Amino acid sequence: MAVTVILPRSLVSLIAGTARTTRVEASTVREAIDRLDDASPGLRNRLIDSGPVLREHINVFVDGEQASLDTAVGADATIHVIPAVSGG
Amino acid sequence: MTRTLLLVGTRKGAFMVDGGANRSTWSVSDPMCEGWPVHDLQWDPATGSIYAGAGSPWFGPAVFRSDDLGATWTHSSEGMTYGDDGPKIPAVWNVTPANGSIYAGVEPAGLFRSNDGGATWSHVSGLRDHPSRPTWQPGAGGLICHTIVPHPTDPKRMWVAISAVGTFATEDGGATWEARNHGVAACFLPDPHPETGQCVHKLAMAAGEPDTFYQQNHCGVYRSRDGGRTWDDISAGLSSRFGFVMGTHPRDAATAWVIPLSDPEAGRYAPNGALAVWRTSDRGDTWERQSNGLPQEHAFVGVLREAMSVDRGDPAGIYFGTSTGQLYGSTDEGASWALIADHLPSIWGVQAIEVD
Repeated sequence: MAVTVILPRSLVSLIAGTARTTRVEASTVREAIDRLDDASPGLRNRLIDSGPVLREHINVFVDGEQASLDTAVGADATIHVIPAVSGG
Repeated sequence: MTRTLLLVGTRKGAFMVDGGANRSTWSVSDPMCEGWPVHDLQWDPATGSIYAGAGSPWFGPAVFRSDDLGATWTHSSEGMTYGDDGPKIPAVWNVTPANGSIYAGVEPAGLFRSNDGGATWSHVSGLRDHPSRPTWQPGAGGLICHTIVPHPTDPKRMWVAISAVGTFATEDGGATWEARNHGVAACFLPDPHPETGQCVHKLAMAAGEPDTFYQQNHCGVYRSRDGGRTWDDISAGLSSRFGFVMGTHPRDAATAWVIPLSDPEAGRYAPNGALAVWRTSDRGDTWERQSNGLPQEHAFVGVLREAMSVDRGDPAGIYFGTSTGQLYGSTDEGASWALIADHLPSIWGVQAIEVD
């Protein structure tokens, strides 16, 4: 099913070929990231750590609810990828 | 026209500082590497590529690569993992081209190799297979593989340095490694002379003598004449045993530079606020304080382990960056110094290169 993925600006500027908003076919968060990586190799490594798990300071929300890699996504869901607000 | 470039890694991106042909005026680039924390930059003269070892608090470790002197960059950490059950890798601390490959030292301490210019990486697992590994402990900067020194002619030989574990060497291309810390103190441990556990801060090979090394350690400055198998304490005469950097002359094996810092439990900055580089011209038997042009009052600055580099000019140029964003340089082997750049982010790495 088609879902919408919204990436942070810092990731879009880092990886050629990515866009802030992308439609992909996926049934989980992990599948959505995999589809983005298919089109823009290297994106998965920026978001997923060994485990595999989302990197410690990467937050993902599905329709506004905090999610993990295995979270299911329904048709027309919106996935927000948001780096944690931190640093100095 | 050959010009000197300084590759500067900082807490907030990499910068390129261009000294032109005569190293007298310098221009600073805009930030590169997307503002990522960059520990170390290196140039591969065989290909003309620049590599940057980095780690983002959000996006993990990466080695950036530029084939056009910093105009554009790619990056990858594909394969840079200890496996799904292993510890996570937050950052690359050192990147070193050698023998057609690129090596990366990472945190937690380990070594990776790329045979495709940094696109994909494989673990040089022999280092972490060393029997001492269960005892490895981090220093204040973490458990980091921060120094990689390839042998200039023998591709099977290499040295690495790990804080706070010590120096290791391989003579079989990385399959097996031997701890080489005999004579180096671990002054902070109950047993001050263990096989491993030494807090090496920087290791540098002497020019033209692949078995001569100089080492700045948490507990002193050392010299080895046998490839690191044994070490002599050469700290006598310095203002402090503590410091991070170690630089060696491009042609004279007897000459090296350090920047002593105050006691590790009392600030780790220029002693008494007077910034100075110290030079030996006799393999560490004696030291000369070089401070002409450096601030001698209220300069409570630190200089971290990757943040000094010596170019190949004649006379040699020496450059170092502070953790408060000043970049200093000397083009007369330390006799006089000038401020090259100021107000940079905290400087973590400095590398001087000569390009056409």
